Amino acid sequence: MTTNALRRNGSKGQAGDKIFSGAALGAGILILATLLAVAIFLFIQALPTFTADPTLVSGGEGFLAYIFPIVIGTVIAAAIALLIATPVGIAVALFISHYAPRRLAAGLGYVIDLLAAIPSVIYGAWGYLVLAPALVPSFQWLAENLGFIPVFAGPASQTGKTILTAGIVLAVMVLPIITSLSREIFLQTPKLHEEAALALGATRWEMITMSVLPFARPGIISAVMLGLGRALGETMAVALVLSTGGLIPSLIKSGNQTIAAEIALNFPEAFGLRLAELIAAGLVLFVITLVVNLIARAIIARHKEFSGAN
Amino acid sequence: MSATTTRKTSNDSRNVQNPPPVARKRNSLAKGHLPRWAVPGIAAASLILGAAASTLGGFSVATLAIYTAIVFVIASTVITTLVEGPRQGRNALATNLVYAAFLLALIPLASVLFTVLQKGLPGINTHFLFHSMNGITGAVDNASVEDGTPVLGGAYHAVIGTLLITLWSTVISVPVGMLTAIYLVEYGKNGPLARAITFFVDVMTGIPSIVAGLFATALFAVLLGPTARMGIVAAVALSVLMIPTVVRSTEEMLKIVPNELREAAYALGVRKWRTIAKVVIPTAISGIASGVTLAIARVIGETAPILVTAGLANNINVNVFGNWMATLPTFIYYQILTPTSPTNVDPSIQRAWAAALLLIIMVMVLNLGARLVAGLFAPKKGR
Amino acid sequence: MSKRIDVKDLNVYYSKFLAVEDVNIEIEAKSVTAFIGPSGCGKSTFLRTLNRMHEVIPGGRVEGEVLLDGDNLYESGVDPVTVRSQIGMVFQRPNPFPTMSIKDNVLAGVKLNGKKISRSDADSLVEKSLRGANLWNEVKDRLDKPGSGLSGGQQQRLCIARTIAVKPQVILMDEPCSALDPISTLAIEDLINELKSEFTVVIVTHNMQQAARVSDKTAFFNIAGTGKPGKLIEYAETATIFSNPAVKATEDYVSGRFG
Repeated sequence: MTTNALRRNGSKGQAGDKIFSGAALGAGILILATLLAVAIFLFIQALPTFTADPTLVSGGEGFLAYIFPIVIGTVIAAAIALLIATPVGIAVALFISHYAPRRLAAGLGYVIDLLAAIPSVIYGAWGYLVLAPALVPSFQWLAENLGFIPVFAGPASQTGKTILTAGIVLAVMVLPIITSLSREIFLQTPKLHEEAALALGATRWEMITMSVLPFARPGIISAVMLGLGRALGETMAVALVLSTGGLIPSLIKSGNQTIAAEIALNFPEAFGLRLAELIAAGLVLFVITLVVNLIARAIIARHKEFSGAN
Repeated sequence: MSATTTRKTSNDSRNVQNPPPVARKRNSLAKGHLPRWAVPGIAAASLILGAAASTLGGFSVATLAIYTAIVFVIASTVITTLVEGPRQGRNALATNLVYAAFLLALIPLASVLFTVLQKGLPGINTHFLFHSMNGITGAVDNASVEDGTPVLGGAYHAVIGTLLITLWSTVISVPVGMLTAIYLVEYGKNGPLARAITFFVDVMTGIPSIVAGLFATALFAVLLGPTARMGIVAAVALSVLMIPTVVRSTEEMLKIVPNELREAAYALGVRKWRTIAKVVIPTAISGIASGVTLAIARVIGETAPILVTAGLANNINVNVFGNWMATLPTFIYYQILTPTSPTNVDPSIQRAWAAALLLIIMVMVLNLGARLVAGLFAPKKGR
Repeated sequence: MSKRIDVKDLNVYYSKFLAVEDVNIEIEAKSVTAFIGPSGCGKSTFLRTLNRMHEVIPGGRVEGEVLLDGDNLYESGVDPVTVRSQIGMVFQRPNPFPTMSIKDNVLAGVKLNGKKISRSDADSLVEKSLRGANLWNEVKDRLDKPGSGLSGGQQQRLCIARTIAVKPQVILMDEPCSALDPISTLAIEDLINELKSEFTVVIVTHNMQQAARVSDKTAFFNIAGTGKPGKLIEYAETATIFSNPAVKATEDYVSGRFG
């Protein structure tokens, strides 16, 4: 065969394609490389904590003894937040998807998004200056009337800066996450299922328990898990609202601490081994939130595979 | 045609349920046999009872609302159960609780916005907007409280820091995020590398902001020594938070662009990169822009990563590559937690609320902007 | 301005799945060739191999030769972009670029490639292409309006105008009328008849009457069963295919006894 006319000026202009696809690939790899590099750097910086003489670590009993109480504190704060935010968040999502007038629903969804957009430091400031003082009488009432329960043991904090207050602020912050994710799932409920339930003479609530909630269960679980991830890692609400201290069972006294707040409060003055400790604490927080988030993603992913069949 | 109309409106379950005509515009309480005035009637009675109950133990708006709500929920549930039967009663209870939860959720939002406006507005003035905290000491604050003179010192330095750091993180995140999304959608398809990237972008989405700050500090500590705290470190930390958002939103938008448009361009002999740059991205640009704006709104209010990366400054610093820098969130944080004058905290609190108001305005403007952008640049339709 | 296509021993794959097997066909310049056959017989897949659009789909690849006036499209070193600028394609559903005006849609092939074109050249190219697609009179007053505002049939003709503006040798059409109403279909069929004086046209159609109306030669593709590769059964003058086919399967298909 003679020269192929199609090959003339064959590679002209292909450089652009190569540069562009190379840049796109490079950006993707950059993300992987950054995460890897930074994980390594973080580990290097945290390493002295694990190798140092345990008596030199804060608390004098090694890293585990140091980290344990604040991990528990983190979990307590997040648990309070979820106990409040889960039922309220799901109810609000139901309100928007199935109760509110249709014209209002879109606007309400937007309001919820705005709630999520308010910076955490402002929630923190609100918790510190408005919510905490407002809760003091309630805490005193709890201490007087329910003080026999360890979690409400008195005397109640006079400032209201307790882990319960921090938990409530966290609840306000994770509520929009749970609501907006749940709302999306609720709206995806097959209309046929809803209509089938209604056609059988079900009340609205029976329709919701029969068709909406079963369909949305995996979505709700993952929404709650993602909310949990946020609550575990949230810093400012706790750093501002909580008057920190050692691990104590009472939720209405000063005390307890969370990892994120521990880092934020102490990092600016930290150096040497203390710095390494805080970075190690950050690593622990990262691992905890990572596990929580992965579980949430796994649930979503499994759900996606099934939703095609519906 | 009528079938599709029915389906569209069927979300509004009342249409399907074949209710008696009375129930059309009322909530489901009014359905069945309770008369129209039942709900307002019960509400009014609950209000009276609630007012009575709340005056017993020290009257306040909060206790009034709580007692009224409790009385209303119980009363309407019981009455509905008695009149219409247990099934309707349960339905009424659920309806009431859902409405109550919604109102409950609105309280913190209203309270936060009200507080910020009420306490922030007095502090907003030109002095606050255009002066830094340079030279403002506890003595200055004490003097202003004792003499009753206006509070001095402002957030100018923090506004500049916020804008610069956010600008730099945007400059880092948008190209990286968009190119990554382009790789995922246009090149990687579903290959192993693309799946790995998707996975790690998910991981990044879940990183707590304080950990992102530590990431950046640790990175720069290894590069520049342990005390490297400056604007660019904060910008890198914020990028870690921003990139996944940008990737996700861009990816979603690129996926929506119909494959037919890509094929049409290819069939005209257009190169792939030009197809992406001139057909795919312009088609998706409104969604991408609005996603980027929301990502900016998210990081502009971040506090924790700034605390551990940019330090704290009282003076104006426009150099992100050197010296400590303040941002609005850290300014608020430190003004509250470590007031300039420990004996007279009011000036600091006032500055904090004023800064909070500024910050909220920025975030709201960005959010509204994102909506506008999504509408404005959407592909033109219609004849 | 038009070239012939010769296909030799072509096998078309999706990854490992053989979709179309061993096609040999000669397509004359300045003629209309129709591909007919039941759904899933590979006629559209085969059409897409004629301008290397098949490989846009992940895993799509071919074996064999496709010659455009003797030049093999699949020879190493041939840029698919060059191939596609010589062999244009019109798709099943009209797909004008939603972000562009009618005028920019016509100029898309030129502008998207970053070529500079003077204003007057652009205007004359737009008019010539739109006239060539029988659309000029309908849209000349609103060239700056978005292309997505036209009716389906007009959009499809806009896509044809966009294809001619690149001045290809061959135009491939993948069921161009299947999303259109009968009147728009008629307009497109008339247009195909006119296009033949300048271009080589290859059209895939589900509609046998359409094949009979517009084409000079017809190729019948068939498939032995699900999972089996599609094959070219018979290729002849259109009149022969519809009145006196050589193969029983063709006769069954065109007489409506099958598929």
